[in-house]
Amino acid sequence: MRPFLLEENALFRGLYCWLGANEGNRGFCTPEGEALARDGLLPLGWEWLAYGAAGLALVLLLVNAFLVLVMLYTYMERRVMARFQARLGPNRVGRFGLLQPVADAIKLLTKEDVAPTGADRWVFNLAPIVMFVPVLLVLAVLPFGRGSFLADLNVGVLYVVAVTTVTTLAVFMAGFASGNRYAMFGAMRAVAQLISYEIPVVLSIVGVLLLARSLSLVEIVEAQRVPFVVVQPLAFFIFLAGSSAELNRTPFDLLEAESEIVAGYHIEYSGMKFGMLFLAEFAAVLTTSGVMATLFLKGWEGPLLPSHLWFLIKVFGLAFLFIWIRATLPRLRIDQVMGFAWKFLLPLSLVNVFVTAAEALAWDWETMTPQQVWAMGGINLLVGMVGVVLFSHLVRRPAPRRAARARAAATAEEGV
Amino acid sequence: MPLRTEPVTVNIGPQHPSTHGVFRMRVTFDGEVVLDVEPVFGYLHRGSEKLAEERTYTQVITLTDRLDYVASMTSNQAYVLACEQLGDIQTPERGRYLRVIAAELQRVASHLMATGFLLNDLGAFATPLMYCFREREKVLDLFEMLCGARITMTYLRVGGVFQDAPEEFWPALKRFVAEMPHYIDEYEQLLSENEILLARTRGVGVLGTGEALNCSVTGPVLRSTGFAWDLRKVDPYEVYDRLEFEVPVGEHGDNYDRYKVRILEMRQSVRILEQCLAQVPSGPVRAEVPQLYRPPPGEAYGRVESPKGELGFYLVSDGGIAPYRCKVRSPSFINLTVLRDLLVGWKLADMIVTFGSIDVNMGEVDR
Amino acid sequence: MYGLGILNGMLVTMKNLVRRPFTVRYPEERLPQHPRFRGQEFVWYVERCTGCASCAKYCPLGIIRIVTHPGGADLPEGDSYAVDVFDIDLGRCMFCGLCVEACPYDALFMGSGFEEAQYERGKLVLTVDRLKEAEKRPSTWFRPQLESRGYSPFRDPPLPWELAGREGWRYHLPQRPGSGSEAGPPDARREEAG
Repeated sequence: MRPFLLEENALFRGLYCWLGANEGNRGFCTPEGEALARDGLLPLGWEWLAYGAAGLALVLLLVNAFLVLVMLYTYMERRVMARFQARLGPNRVGRFGLLQPVADAIKLLTKEDVAPTGADRWVFNLAPIVMFVPVLLVLAVLPFGRGSFLADLNVGVLYVVAVTTVTTLAVFMAGFASGNRYAMFGAMRAVAQLISYEIPVVLSIVGVLLLARSLSLVEIVEAQRVPFVVVQPLAFFIFLAGSSAELNRTPFDLLEAESEIVAGYHIEYSGMKFGMLFLAEFAAVLTTSGVMATLFLKGWEGPLLPSHLWFLIKVFGLAFLFIWIRATLPRLRIDQVMGFAWKFLLPLSLVNVFVTAAEALAWDWETMTPQQVWAMGGINLLVGMVGVVLFSHLVRRPAPRRAARARAAATAEEGV
Repeated sequence: MPLRTEPVTVNIGPQHPSTHGVFRMRVTFDGEVVLDVEPVFGYLHRGSEKLAEERTYTQVITLTDRLDYVASMTSNQAYVLACEQLGDIQTPERGRYLRVIAAELQRVASHLMATGFLLNDLGAFATPLMYCFREREKVLDLFEMLCGARITMTYLRVGGVFQDAPEEFWPALKRFVAEMPHYIDEYEQLLSENEILLARTRGVGVLGTGEALNCSVTGPVLRSTGFAWDLRKVDPYEVYDRLEFEVPVGEHGDNYDRYKVRILEMRQSVRILEQCLAQVPSGPVRAEVPQLYRPPPGEAYGRVESPKGELGFYLVSDGGIAPYRCKVRSPSFINLTVLRDLLVGWKLADMIVTFGSIDVNMGEVDR
Repeated sequence: MYGLGILNGMLVTMKNLVRRPFTVRYPEERLPQHPRFRGQEFVWYVERCTGCASCAKYCPLGIIRIVTHPGGADLPEGDSYAVDVFDIDLGRCMFCGLCVEACPYDALFMGSGFEEAQYERGKLVLTVDRLKEAEKRPSTWFRPQLESRGYSPFRDPPLPWELAGREGWRYHLPQRPGSGSEAGPPDARREEAG
């Protein structure tokens, strides 16, 4: 297991030593063998406080930087979406409308915070927080650049999967506590949909794990001789579809289907609680893009540009893909969404796991020649395409149309 | 222990994003499946028919604008045709052609709106809607040239249209006719083959021809069932008997066919406009009708094929300056009679789409 | 089939991403309007008005209120009335233009503006003083004489009352716009000219 980023970070080290340096941790605070210039501010035995304070300062920095990015992303989503729709989009507040997210935040903060009479107050108020926190927790293991990560968990992927699943709970809490029937519909759909899509998403990661032979996100990035999207195209597709379902974006935005159940689970929320639900959704797009970039696009690695910039480019490129999909597609029905998960994505991801496992047995990823890598990518692409064609027959249901035709014919006979 | 379930009753509307106005459906759900639908309307009732009895024949035209406010030209047309039958007035040729041009442009605009909002109901995040509105804007620009207004036109008069089109209208119309097929191709590329749209609309909300005829459903909803009933063909008014066009019909009467029929009808409308451009004669556009029109006592029924179906005005005159009675046969209202049969047994999402594909306008339903 | 339709649709949206948007930044940029545009701020020429109140009679909503007293008999056409009150309640007006169509002396025109938003309903009433003082940019709606002259309220200077009328127009002549040659089709008019 690698050391935590914290202990290599200059900022953390400076803050920690300024607060709590003493004889006991002299080796950490000074170059080897030198004497301490002076003791830390805190008395002896309070190093844990210094550790905590320095760590929190780092986390604060990271979270705020992330939230600024999310604000930028909301602006980008609205502008790009508008251009997809041949509109201009927000362009009033600030230059090019760049301050629009700030204006939105101020508006939401000044709005009245209404809770319906029939609501379960505790759960209702708790839901936005439960929704928002997991998104931030993912940041703990996400490597943003070469050597930039808060922690390199050896079960990093498992941690990400586990933490993001909490969103389901939050959506259910919000929908159920609102005491509104539209919200109930949203909550019921959420539970069905989010849990179903968890399975193909996790199985699609298994393919990556088989090649990387590690659960640590950093090691997965380092194991990518070529981006895994080349050798795991099917897994990438499944992850894309599954995660856009988990982010409840079109074509899977049944949770808040505007034309059906108005706003779904957050129909009763107003003010900053609504803002937090909304922010969590947008932030989740960024973190999911980050996870996807790490798993499939070689994370921070790239030529010429600094590694942090490469990571941002990949994340926003994937976010653009999400926006593009959202701008184009209509929504599926609930039974079609479920059918898509269980009849299409699940078998496909199982196929992917088996094929990848066989390949991992036959070839060793570490010592493969480039020709073998490309051959593997080609095989997997072929398998993916055949799988898509085969399993799409499972999803299609021609039966209702035939029945409808029969019914139409029957009524025509008796009516005309 | 078995789970105890119970049906849920939900009010969809009157304030709901996809009830196209202030329609309300009291729906009983079993989970997501519709058990029963009770349509409630009247939230937009303005008493147009009664108001018409208090206004002169010309003033009533402004009321007809507000019946189907996304297709006011055809509303004007039906009313004006009824008035002309009352007084046996011959409209000059050029006036008739201008009316046909206006009506066909209006059909394109109305179908664009229906298609866009159907996709909005399907959950496409306003993108097809925006594309449709972009083209609808072009039609509205043409209307602004014709009559200075974009929505509530008051363009038609008893005995013709109020004024000839300005000179710049004709090149603009030519440009529109040349461009429009490409835009329709673009919608088709975006929508017609889209698997999600197919999955959502094929075989959903199926209406049989017999059922439709029994409920006297008209318009694209009837034609989608495979029954080619178009007043422009079966009872030609204005100059439709001189124009070549086809009546597109569907096959199954499902939501997809209703969408497709509208797309095809737009193409036919563009074809009609093309022919009108070539055929429109010179001459007056308005017959000599006094502004205070006083038809002889009698009754008349004028009907046109509006974008939503057969729109008819039944007028009774007692020889005065205002109609004695004015009855509107509004297609939106009558097409809603099949609503319950179409919705029961389908899911909540299908319900919204089916309602959207019938394409009603609440101004016309409630009158 | 097999998601190809979806990809095809995504191509369309991508094509529209690079296309110019069709909306504009409104107060700074404006879409061109046709001179026939029926706008607010009715244009009324007190010099041409005889106070006959035809407009008030033809208004479907009855929102025009006119009070007159007998004026001089100096106009060559005959007696006229001086207009004391000429209120148009824009708050209820639907801009159908029937009043303009009814005016036999070309005294009332549709306006060309559309930015008359007010915070109070009462301020929407156009009084006789406001009508007199307003800038005269009449719409060419139902005024073929302006249209044949190529007048545009958005481009040209305000129109004085002497220029607003019809040439050779004698009131009560049966010639109405749309009925005679003056509003004939463009080709017919060109034939006459040539």
